[in-house]
Amino acid sequence: MSATAVHSLWTTATTAADPIAKIDAPKIEYGQLSPVLIVIGAAIIGILVEAFVPRRSRYHAQMFVSAVALVAAFAAVVALAARGYGTTKAGITAMGAVAVDGPALFLQGTILLTSLVGLFTFAERRLDPEAHGNRVDSFAAQAAAVPGSESEQKAVKAGFTTTEVFPLLLFAVVGMLVFPAANDLLTLFVALEVFSLPLYLLCALARRKRLMSQEAAVKYFLLGAFASAFTLFGIALLYGYAGSMSYGTIAQVVDGTVQNVTPALADTMGNDALLLVGSALIVMGLLFKVGAVPFHMWTPDVYQGAPTPVTGFMAAATKVAAFGALLRILYVVLPGLRWDWRPVMWGVAIVTMLAGAIVAITQTDIKRLLAYSSIAHAGFILAGVIATTPEGISSVLFYLAAYSFVTIGAFAVVTLVRDAGGEATHLSKWAGLGRRSPLVAAVFAVFLLAFAGIPLTSGFSGKFAVFKAAAEGGAAPLVVVGVISSAIAAFFYIRVIVLMFFSEPRPEGPTVAVPSPLTMTAIGVGVAVTVVLGVAPQYFLDLAGQAGVFVR
Amino acid sequence: MNPVNYLYLAALLFTIGATGVLIRRNAIVVFMCVELMLNACNLAFVAFSRLHGNLDGQIIAFFTMVVAAAEVVVGLAIIVSLFRSRHSASVDDASLMKL
Repeated sequence: MSATAVHSLWTTATTAADPIAKIDAPKIEYGQLSPVLIVIGAAIIGILVEAFVPRRSRYHAQMFVSAVALVAAFAAVVALAARGYGTTKAGITAMGAVAVDGPALFLQGTILLTSLVGLFTFAERRLDPEAHGNRVDSFAAQAAAVPGSESEQKAVKAGFTTTEVFPLLLFAVVGMLVFPAANDLLTLFVALEVFSLPLYLLCALARRKRLMSQEAAVKYFLLGAFASAFTLFGIALLYGYAGSMSYGTIAQVVDGTVQNVTPALADTMGNDALLLVGSALIVMGLLFKVGAVPFHMWTPDVYQGAPTPVTGFMAAATKVAAFGALLRILYVVLPGLRWDWRPVMWGVAIVTMLAGAIVAITQTDIKRLLAYSSIAHAGFILAGVIATTPEGISSVLFYLAAYSFVTIGAFAVVTLVRDAGGEATHLSKWAGLGRRSPLVAAVFAVFLLAFAGIPLTSGFSGKFAVFKAAAEGGAAPLVVVGVISSAIAAFFYIRVIVLMFFSEPRPEGPTVAVPSPLTMTAIGVGVAVTVVLGVAPQYFLDLAGQAGVFVR
Repeated sequence: MNPVNYLYLAALLFTIGATGVLIRRNAIVVFMCVELMLNACNLAFVAFSRLHGNLDGQIIAFFTMVVAAAEVVVGLAIIVSLFRSRHSASVDDASLMKL
């Protein structure tokens, strides 16, 4: 048999009578997607830098590429917002896959700025003592080398550093930018994985305490993969219910306003189990990412084990992205179901606020303490999510912006307090820090006060906005619980401040490393945003207010 | 054959996977159970795709496969590095941070 004859067994030749229908090229709005495209382009350049640039100049090349990309992407977001894509020209781009609207642009801007600050803490090379004359950062010399082995010593002696963290950071940022803007369930899932996978790797890359870091990565990875499998099954069920992936269509099917109902759709539309179980599983996956109780178990371990710059970045940016996606799911896809999800979210918010605040009291490690505090904050933000009003959206946006800078600044301060074994994270070692280095302790006190929500800090403005929206949205009991758990939380924040300023420093206590301008900038930006959003929040509240409308 | 039966099978496979994640102690086996869950999702996608007569579900199945492949790369890298430093892939042994 000739080759053509064999080939014809499974192909048919096109004849003039039967031309293949012309495939329409998809229409992509490159301009409106430019923030994402810039960052993903830079991440790919970062990989090429790893491949082709000599080892000694990689750090500077990567640093330059990443910083330029993040700044350029932020400029693109600002330009889009200035041209009205956040308000009047908001629309759905990329054939229905990505929404460009107020909340998306606001959150993308927040994520990009947070990532830029996070990048500075990633690039810090003056905190660890020089290893064999080479400046080193917080990341393992060679991640593949077994901790304590000869190959690790060789890698350290050779002055290796893991410069791959920069492209990994950028890839995570790409996923985070798309996640709150995703307008169909497939984009949601892919974005979820795109930002999760680099974070799993980043968690495993600590230079000190490598066993703990690897353990954190395994826990985060297994639990994260478990949670995303649930999300995917939820997506499958919701797709089965609505016969479509697009948020708009699903919302129409949920409301019962959908046009052209096929017999199959009429059949599945009647099946509420598909809808309820499907949306519950998707929301569960998102609650896992924001670290809400009862899906919070990974948070303390991962926050403690991961390298501190990664913890700061993850705590700030992941929360922003995941809350953005949660808002869009609940407000765009499932508003017709709000009488079903609101009671559940009430319960989750109450348990999250109380559990986060109460368990944090017993913590003795500063990173674990901040992890539980982040759980409590997830609860406060959920209170704003429950409001189901435009004020609910804008208050959550404002809270996320305020919270992310406080978090990243606080973790940057944690990297400074060190002893012989690296960062001194045990709380007892922080005793008397205020007497030895008043400036660092004062800065950390500012962040703690902002976490606690003391007036004249961004934490107060954020909490006030969220609780006001929740109260007006008919969730007054939730506000009462929120205020009570804020009071509980204030106790342990104040306790740390008292420990720093009013107890005797220990003779063998930790030292405060003098950072390079990079970390100083990160902390400075954190303090500046905290104070500005606390003293004069009105401009930013207005900005969040204008941004608070989803496109559908 | 009624496509709904495939959905029951998908739910069953998903449950087996989820149970495996919860009760198995070896990180690799836990990870395999997660993969089983993802494949159960794929089966559900394809069955729904057939049910509705559109191709969305089949396209997603391809995306899921790619994502699962990427997850294997990252996951095995992490689990192998844990195994090499501890000579054990048990998720119970990894408890440095337990309170």
